[in-house]
Amino acid sequence: MNAPADVITDAVGTSRPRLEGPEKVSGRARYAADHPMHDLAFGVVVTSPVARGRIRDIDASAVLTMPGVLGVLDHRNAPRLDPQASGFFGPDGSMQLLQSDSIPHAGRAVALVVAQTPHEAQAAADALAVTCDAHPHDTTFTADHPAGRAALTVLGEDANVGDVDAELASSPVVVDERYFTPEEHCSAMEPHAATAWWDGGRLQAFDSNQGAFDVARTLASLFSLELDQVRVRSEHVGGGFGSKGLLGPQLILATMGSMAFGRPVRVTLTRRQVFLMIGMRPATEQRVRLGADTDGSLRAIDHQAAFEISPLAEWVENCPEGSKVLYATRAIRTRITAVPLDLTPPGPMRGPGLTPGSFALESAMDELAERLGIDPLELRLRNEPAVGPVSGLPYGSRNLAACLREGARRFGWHSRDPRPRRRREGHLLVGTGLAATAFGSSAFPSTASITAETDGSYTVRIAASDIGTGSRTALVAIAAEALRVGTERIRIRIADSDLGPAWSASGSRGTPSWAWAINEAATRLREQPHDPTRPVTVTVDTAELFTGRFVREVHAYSAIFAEVTVDPATGEVRTRRLLGMFAIGRVVNPLLARSQVIGGMIMGLGMALHEEGVRDPVSGRQVNADFAGYHIPAHADVPDIEADFVPEYEPDEPSGVKGAGEIGTVGTAAAIANAVWHATGLRHRVLPIRLDRVVEEMA
Amino acid sequence: MKEFGYRRVKHVQEALALTANDTGARYLGGGTNLVDLMKDEIEAPSQLVDVRFLPLSGVREAPDGGLAIGATTSNSDAAAHPEVRRRYPALSQAVLAGASGQLRNMATVGGNLLQRTRCAYFADPSEPCNKRLPGSGCPALPGEHHNHAIFDWSRHCVATHPSDMAVALAAFDAVVHYETLDGPAEIPLSEFYLPVGDTPHRETALPPGALITAVSLPKSAACPRSRYRKVRERASYAFATVSVAAALELHDGLVGRVGIALGGVASRPWRARVAEAALHGEPFTGAGLRDAAEAELAAAKPLRDNGYKVTLARNLIVAVLTELAER
Repeated sequence: MNAPADVITDAVGTSRPRLEGPEKVSGRARYAADHPMHDLAFGVVVTSPVARGRIRDIDASAVLTMPGVLGVLDHRNAPRLDPQASGFFGPDGSMQLLQSDSIPHAGRAVALVVAQTPHEAQAAADALAVTCDAHPHDTTFTADHPAGRAALTVLGEDANVGDVDAELASSPVVVDERYFTPEEHCSAMEPHAATAWWDGGRLQAFDSNQGAFDVARTLASLFSLELDQVRVRSEHVGGGFGSKGLLGPQLILATMGSMAFGRPVRVTLTRRQVFLMIGMRPATEQRVRLGADTDGSLRAIDHQAAFEISPLAEWVENCPEGSKVLYATRAIRTRITAVPLDLTPPGPMRGPGLTPGSFALESAMDELAERLGIDPLELRLRNEPAVGPVSGLPYGSRNLAACLREGARRFGWHSRDPRPRRRREGHLLVGTGLAATAFGSSAFPSTASITAETDGSYTVRIAASDIGTGSRTALVAIAAEALRVGTERIRIRIADSDLGPAWSASGSRGTPSWAWAINEAATRLREQPHDPTRPVTVTVDTAELFTGRFVREVHAYSAIFAEVTVDPATGEVRTRRLLGMFAIGRVVNPLLARSQVIGGMIMGLGMALHEEGVRDPVSGRQVNADFAGYHIPAHADVPDIEADFVPEYEPDEPSGVKGAGEIGTVGTAAAIANAVWHATGLRHRVLPIRLDRVVEEMA
Repeated sequence: MKEFGYRRVKHVQEALALTANDTGARYLGGGTNLVDLMKDEIEAPSQLVDVRFLPLSGVREAPDGGLAIGATTSNSDAAAHPEVRRRYPALSQAVLAGASGQLRNMATVGGNLLQRTRCAYFADPSEPCNKRLPGSGCPALPGEHHNHAIFDWSRHCVATHPSDMAVALAAFDAVVHYETLDGPAEIPLSEFYLPVGDTPHRETALPPGALITAVSLPKSAACPRSRYRKVRERASYAFATVSVAAALELHDGLVGRVGIALGGVASRPWRARVAEAALHGEPFTGAGLRDAAEAELAAAKPLRDNGYKVTLARNLIVAVLTELAER
């Protein structure tokens, strides 16, 4: 079931280390801020200290005489931008940098200081006199905030299946709880960085992003350039986690600098600026109501989610997405509310929507299992749907039950005493929990070119991104299989906007989308008679094949199992074991896929126990905008973690693959929270499960 | 980072002379805290006097039968020393509970005593902070103070001292030895850190220009039955939420010497003298221990959002002393 019948290579399904590994570990791989460049200048960003207000004055006179300073750009002299330039969901004010004296959030760029060296630019930026008038701000999120309004439904209409209220009223067992997740930050290891310069009339850039083509297209529109006047390259990217999916401030400002000063300009955000300027996962508050019969059959799911947003740009944290596809039930209602506040516009992060949504839904399912007296695993198996409960569409490959059963076997779930607070080891309480997950999968249009070279090798070109996950390596395997040759005959070029439109490394749609275009190009190349003494190139844009209609529910699935210890005297929660069983279609490269989902699970662990952007209640600014204050798991927090895949092939998707990018993260927080309940008997509906929320008065 | 001078010195007198002539000079040990703060210009010394190569390194027997740890001894070496581990095990445990292996290899014992608070407002030059900029205000008091002090804070500052090592030193009655141009002097650790009052920027009783040369541990405080327990938000590489260093001697069921110090609760290691007094000379019982912990925490003044530290500190005293008593 793993491969098409006519496959003659083992390219797909074989573990291979990253192709660029030696370059990376030897320091030869160049990231956006690493390329040596003649006449390069450096821009340092100056940001707003107030959460809302107006720039009264920026006095650059003293700074302009400092050593090496080339100039200062602010709202009075910066190049004008097209206010209609769009991000994910239409015109995006987060890109309108240095265009007005208005300050919409703390950390907003108010000036760019450009100098000959990074140190001169930093010194001048530190010395720049910026006077702001602070206006009253509101950064306090609550679901019932009076400014709340319905969120956009572009990612899926609200579900209105059956009569939720009637089903809840007639359900013998009902769960009705609220769940809270805080602001969380991607803050990848490589900070957002860009180098921009002009080559004739053409804007060139090295940029750290998740989709060079999308970024180039947005950059062109923002600066009112033709698309062919812009080239963006992102050969190596040190992590993104969603935060580099769109045109970032680093490239906008570097471009402005290169225009104003007529030379290459590099802008690298500081760690603090990455936290303050780059969109975070918004805080969420979710109410989940589940109604069930005593045998565990779900009668109703009501999932109402609110999240914070900025008036500058639309965003949808689509929390109830999983509630529309995971379980069979007679009635489903979902609602999403956006609450505008004076914040950095939120953006995508590690399974946007689904991840906080899963924490709420899968915690509620565990609470339902508790109240029903049914094993949480069994409860999920009893509610396996035959068709999509909202869409009515049949499922593609759906091996959630296999994930649950195989994971349970490996984890030793069946020996679990379902009662909470029963297992003790010395002064520690021990508990286990699980969560199930679905993550939508599909392929979006991309352009791929393949050249059959005269020496029997092939050159594949596609503006795919490798943000550290190994997609370059995976695509070589996919191309080799599609061309029916060994991987050693494939050469690949990626991450260059000149290679044409391509989906970005986001939405867990990268590999399926790129594989689609590569497969189509390979098929046409194989079918096309050609003279082997001359190179021949085939280019395919799958936009011409894309219908936008989905005839089946295609999702990746996972079951996450967690074991935790809790010291009730100190509140310390430590994760002892994590096991993830995944159904992601065909696994292109088990070594890299395992690495990716394990990384995702660690992110979920961070979400469960550590990660939290904290705002000062008075100033509205983030207090912990660095890794000293914003904790992610240390190695010692992840003692035993394992992940594996159930055999699967998704016939509706290119190469049989489904997305693996985000599903590792999604279910982990709920699995850990459920394990903490099992250990202590106390529910934690507020993330992260900090020790001050767990510590108990000892008798 | 502001520009600064750098001098590496070979003799203590040379170091003292340099700082006597330059009030902006700072001694450089491992630099693991100072250099970080310089990057953000929280610290902006005119020059760094590098004292790492002074002949002050190593652990030696003190005249009273205790131990003297040279100021430039690395944290790693202090923690690994067999006599530290045998006689003052809680000190070794405390050092090893802090930072990372790399940082402990760089950090020095003298520098550790002088590290600055990890209060986020102190570390952010765009914020007011009375410790950094006297008179500018304390945003932590109305703001984010979930990990701040519960003892002896003032409206001018609610920050905590970050050191693990200093907490164990406090429990062992350590003495800080230093040198000035007037000659050598010493001060008990219990008097080394100043109360916050209205001068949170004045953190220690060291005279200007004084150079810490050693920390000594009296023989009378040696206690193999001692333990450091650190509670933190993740399993490693985090500062203490609350920690406790405790040393306990039992004679026929009666409490003999007992030393208890708490970390993460005040601007200095908090010696739990009330609890010690309640325990000393009494039979060791669970109820007595809980009462002693309760009595110590009765003086706590938690802030709006850190009342959990009172519970945590009480639980920790009980848990660690119970564990020591059961050994």
